[in-house]
Amino acid sequence: MTIGSVPVKFRITVDPDQCMLCGRCAENCPYDVFRIENNRMHVNSRKCVACHRCIAMCPRDAINIKERPVDYRSHPVWTTEIREAIYNQARTGKIILAGMGNAQPYPVIFDSLVLDACQVTNPSIDPLREPMELRTYLGKKPSRLEIKEDSDGVDVLTTLAPNLKLETPIMIGHMSYGAISLNAQQSIARAVSDMGTYMGTGEGGLHQSLYPYQSHMIVQVASGRFGVDINYLERGAAIEIKIGQGAKPGIGGHLPGEKVCEDVSCTRMIPVGSDAISPAPHHDIYSIEDLKQLVRSLKEATEWKKPVFVKIAAVHNAAAIAAGIARSSADVVVIDGFRGGTGAAPKVFRDHVGIPIEAAIASVDAKLRAQGIRNQVSLIASGGIRESADVAKVIALGADAVYIGTAALVAMGCRVCGTCYRGLCPWGIATQRPDLVARLDPEVASKNVANLIHAWTLELSELMGAAGINSIGSLRGNRDRLRGYLLDESMMNVLDVKSVGA
Amino acid sequence: MDGANIRKALSMMDERGSGEGAGYVAYGAFPEFAECYAIHVFFDTVHETKPAVDQELAKWGTIIHEEEIPTYEQQNLRKIHTPWRYFFLPDPHLMPRSTTPEDDIVMHLVMKVNTTIPGALIYSSGKNIALFKASGWPEEVADFYRIQDYKGYLWLGHNRYPTNTPGWWGGAHPFNLLHWSVVHNGEITSYGTNRRYIESYGYRCSMFTDTEVVAYLFDLLVRRHQLSPEIAVKALAPPFWDDIDRMPEKVARLNTAIRLTYGPALMNGPFAIVVARPDAIVGFTDRIKLRPLVTGTSGSKLYISSEEAAIRIMEPGVGDITMPRAGEPIIGRVVA
Repeated sequence: MTIGSVPVKFRITVDPDQCMLCGRCAENCPYDVFRIENNRMHVNSRKCVACHRCIAMCPRDAINIKERPVDYRSHPVWTTEIREAIYNQARTGKIILAGMGNAQPYPVIFDSLVLDACQVTNPSIDPLREPMELRTYLGKKPSRLEIKEDSDGVDVLTTLAPNLKLETPIMIGHMSYGAISLNAQQSIARAVSDMGTYMGTGEGGLHQSLYPYQSHMIVQVASGRFGVDINYLERGAAIEIKIGQGAKPGIGGHLPGEKVCEDVSCTRMIPVGSDAISPAPHHDIYSIEDLKQLVRSLKEATEWKKPVFVKIAAVHNAAAIAAGIARSSADVVVIDGFRGGTGAAPKVFRDHVGIPIEAAIASVDAKLRAQGIRNQVSLIASGGIRESADVAKVIALGADAVYIGTAALVAMGCRVCGTCYRGLCPWGIATQRPDLVARLDPEVASKNVANLIHAWTLELSELMGAAGINSIGSLRGNRDRLRGYLLDESMMNVLDVKSVGA
Repeated sequence: MDGANIRKALSMMDERGSGEGAGYVAYGAFPEFAECYAIHVFFDTVHETKPAVDQELAKWGTIIHEEEIPTYEQQNLRKIHTPWRYFFLPDPHLMPRSTTPEDDIVMHLVMKVNTTIPGALIYSSGKNIALFKASGWPEEVADFYRIQDYKGYLWLGHNRYPTNTPGWWGGAHPFNLLHWSVVHNGEITSYGTNRRYIESYGYRCSMFTDTEVVAYLFDLLVRRHQLSPEIAVKALAPPFWDDIDRMPEKVARLNTAIRLTYGPALMNGPFAIVVARPDAIVGFTDRIKLRPLVTGTSGSKLYISSEEAAIRIMEPGVGDITMPRAGEPIIGRVVA
């Protein structure tokens, strides 16, 4: 009893005047917070993770949750989180695991960037009356077009590389079957198919029930190569090589054996109950030329019909790495910023490694332009895209499209409790327990995700129209339409934006 | 044609300006130096900055003739620069790897002088092309240079209502690079995208205005990429995807290829633009025609203007005033 117990994180109270002991909270809480005995409600607040499932299900609004009900002696350096991490590690001697994205209070650059609108000298465009184009093509573009014009008409002599056609620049990033449930994947797959965009499979293979949506799915080849065979590669609309992830740059992945049920075992192609460990590097990629070979191998295997994406975590040298990738046969570079979510990552990585997506995209775009190879690849920004304004801003900084992850999960009910790594997600998203998975109805959840994409797309159209732009391509890299609000000068140089008022 | 007529036409549209910038360009103005690049420079002070420009030109070729451009005092026009013109022959051997060495040398000189020699601005650089611009009303600028004394087979004129760089002579239209000249009514909302695109091909935007990218984009697409002016306009003001989806397959493929390849060259925002080169003139508007453009012909002459009145005062008998559709190029070709 050297350390003793630390204070509860959340205090749950149930208003006895409202509660009718219906027991829905107890049924819904997979963490066993609630228990009804002898017509009395018993609450174990220590087990609560603030997933809000009970609150959402309570018919009488009887439940209340208070965060950090017990004060520590305040200290600006030895914060509560720091102290509790030390107690935890002193007790266990282990690496601390965490879910979702970076939880350090770093300033969000997006929130210090403001967008432009037209007044007088040029008219804003009303998207309800005029065409507004968000269609985006991802893939290599030729640096110039050779055209033959003669009496027979006009012929294009240049051969175009295969491109993915998106009706909106919002895609859903890679979350594997295993990390999330099949119902969650099915919901996302239906949504992207309806909205004319794409989703990633993650490193978990492609479940048979998703075959009907395969033309909207990007299959992933990561360091564990789970689920990869020629059938898988040929089903995808594109193939993504995952080098790294914004939530945990430089390290691999680990799907605990408990999550590997029969179905997951089939799609991942591993035995039931075995841990799925993705190594930190790809053991056939120890240099940029090795990556180039893998890109070409995948292209050969699929007869050069599919774009190949390469995803890297946003690290300090992302711009140079992206320039190297652009020189391979790869078609798209995905940059995953340090706010990217994850099912499970060591807390120290999630919170301290990598750089924000805003700075990474700006420097990658600038580097590719300076080298005259921006047309060789499309750029996808991911990691911390929370709303349509973020989409507009990151496109203005140079991205072609975005991947969202957490936002799509939130659209399906996720409350960002950050406990995905325990596999007990009460919303049926980050779990494989059949009773919990059954809580997520793909019929409804797919509509929610599609609604979110639709709503952001509408907002994006309005923002573009207000800026006098009717093609998303004219927003891309148009940093003149951004201003930095109280950003320091070095950051504005990196972003290549002026200050407000300038 | 001498410059008297276009002066009259512009004075019909004083309403559209603010007396802070106007300009004219004449193709075929220097028959005696037709093979030389007519490099026009604004000097802030001749004795301070001219030696640096002379030296830069001497590195790359021979100055055949040079003179201060004759000007005539106007009551309301303050002469803040000294306009100068060189007739210059670049030495093609100095850029051995280029297929168009003379053009590339002159382009290099324009970028070099405008970005590295303060107090000197090359504002025109084409063969047999005279450019006149200053800060003032169109009539004053015309009289300042006495454009009626110059003859050309193709003229452009522009009256400016500046909001960004008022009073700056370099900011007045037309803009010129090599054989291209541009006049532009409007504002390019995609400027940031267009500028970054064109700069990755070695162009340097130095005029603080969105119009210069039009000249550079035409230079890139038509001179360097060998596209026809029709295709270039399709790249700059392309049809909408919805329309492309309804086109016959072959045409749709062409338009898709153009949009994919030249997406960053698409010009957004309201504009009417006229671009000239020695053998042709092209007028077009943005994709939803947010600025006016009318055309008329008379015999072998083609007129393009913001207003019908300006055409009628030059050619009272003009018969076929038409208003082209959004994004539709109007192309006039020079018949020898």
